[in-house]
Amino acid sequence: MGFWSRFFRDKLAVTGLIMVAIFFILSIGAGLIAPYDPNLIDVNNILESPSIAHLFGTDELGRDVFTRMLYGAGISLKVGFVAVGIAVLIGVVLGAVSGYYGGWVDILIMRLVDIMLCFPSFFLILAVIAFLEPSIFNIMAVIGLTSWMGITRLVRAEFLTLKERDYVLAEKTIGAGSLRIIFIHILPNALAPVLVAATLGIASAVLTESALSFLGIGVQPPTPSWGNILTQGKSVLGVAWWLSFFPGMAILLTVLGYNLLGEGIRDAIDPRLRG
Amino acid sequence: MLKYLAKRFLLLLPTFIGITIVCFLVIHLAPGEPTALQTELNPNITPQAIGQLRTHYGLDKPLTLQYALWMKNLIKLDFGNSISSDERPVWEKIKERMPITIYINIAAMVIIFLVAIPLGLISAVRRGSAVDRSITVFVFIGFSIPGFWLALICMDLLGVRLGWLPISGIHSPGYEHLSFIGNIWDLSRHLTLPVIISAFGSLAGLSRYMRSSMLEIIRQDYILTARAKGLSERTVIYKHALRNALLPVITILGLSIPGLIGGSVIFESIFSIPGLGKLFYDAIMMRDYNMIMGSLTIGAVLTLLGNMIADITYSIADPRIRVG
Repeated sequence: MGFWSRFFRDKLAVTGLIMVAIFFILSIGAGLIAPYDPNLIDVNNILESPSIAHLFGTDELGRDVFTRMLYGAGISLKVGFVAVGIAVLIGVVLGAVSGYYGGWVDILIMRLVDIMLCFPSFFLILAVIAFLEPSIFNIMAVIGLTSWMGITRLVRAEFLTLKERDYVLAEKTIGAGSLRIIFIHILPNALAPVLVAATLGIASAVLTESALSFLGIGVQPPTPSWGNILTQGKSVLGVAWWLSFFPGMAILLTVLGYNLLGEGIRDAIDPRLRG
Repeated sequence: MLKYLAKRFLLLLPTFIGITIVCFLVIHLAPGEPTALQTELNPNITPQAIGQLRTHYGLDKPLTLQYALWMKNLIKLDFGNSISSDERPVWEKIKERMPITIYINIAAMVIIFLVAIPLGLISAVRRGSAVDRSITVFVFIGFSIPGFWLALICMDLLGVRLGWLPISGIHSPGYEHLSFIGNIWDLSRHLTLPVIISAFGSLAGLSRYMRSSMLEIIRQDYILTARAKGLSERTVIYKHALRNALLPVITILGLSIPGLIGGSVIFESIFSIPGLGKLFYDAIMMRDYNMIMGSLTIGAVLTLLGNMIADITYSIADPRIRVG
């Protein structure tokens, strides 16, 4: 049985894929779907509860929460994708070098991984973001720079076994350079676990971004993000539950989607690991 | 055993030095100076005064010298004074705030352990059943739910609407007049929500891990042997399999420490608990350099110690580790 047929037999994995796809489409189509302007202030409709006109209600400036969440979806996902992209890039390069060359390079890189793993990453992220201005770019960069360690370990482990294969020896015999062997021949065979880690990584990056925005050091208003809409909701929790309920639910469903998808891909790649 | 311990301690040192270098670099390479808060808002400040402030805090010396000085003081647990208005020594403030954070995290770890292990075990033993499927769904929701959101919902529901639990701080007003038992009861009521909610996130991950660890073990030959010699399923599962499946869990529990400490920033801010997390958050908001560096270092050192305790526990539990 191939990868796809295994994947599509897994109900949870397919659910995850559908959830991820829905949020993806919503975020791309935000401009078309959204009924209002995300920053349109309407003083006559402050803190309106959900209705046909305002599906998820309005906030304390009378802005449509559904519209802001649609735009926020794009921002949360962008942060997730770019942050994970950075982490994958660093993780793959360091892991490949570490596993392929071994020796002191390996010791040095692995030590760095150990050191970085000791930091409560949220402390580190907060510290850096607090000093740099909390722009979207900085948030993506910092989340990426503090989450590459797991991928480095995975790639290194793959390289340790793959470099002993015959095809690598064959390449060496015909005089291929190390870089060529690493990136063209070994790496494609080591990417499966990276794909899984990246999918799960998006889930955790989205969570981190929302937590940062919640603490007021993430994406800054008026740019909408699920986390900062939720923060607005915190102060009016008693009177406007919708302001914190819907963004929280959106974060939960998105993160859940990526987690289910990631685990599903893992099980489909290697059925022996299936639970 | 002694040899293993000695080796473990030796490995600690370079990691520790690495941690201090990362802390130092992160904070000093970032633009924005600690004096900015005092100078930017003051229209009458002269360049001389800024210079004096910089000299006062040692910011005019080269980075390497600043690091060496900082390191020298660090050994004496002297992180300098807080730049905030009270100007108290950083270590004194951390020392005051650390216990409550450590208590909350230990309590959270006990809950994680007590709930996650049985969940993972049941899930593995009754693999594929309705129970397993519901636990799996619960676990996935558990590690996808934003903790701060869960905290808000619980606060609103259990604290505000139902009034069952206090929602902020660690003491009720007038707690000084309570008896010792009354005080403990009061404290526990205040800490119930923070502890349960900080446990919730890691709980899911650990039970998932326990499940796969258990499934892996059940496939081993010695389990087949145990069954073949006619031992009851109970003995096979609880005596032979469980013990072995628990071993790697110790490491995972150790690895969850940074997440718990990091999470304390969020939960302590939400529930206004005067712990390390809240201290750190306030320091961030104030750009209190010394305070941030101190908390960041202490946070990492706590993790380092936690992992070491986990490693040592593991090596006591599993002789293969220290011999091999």
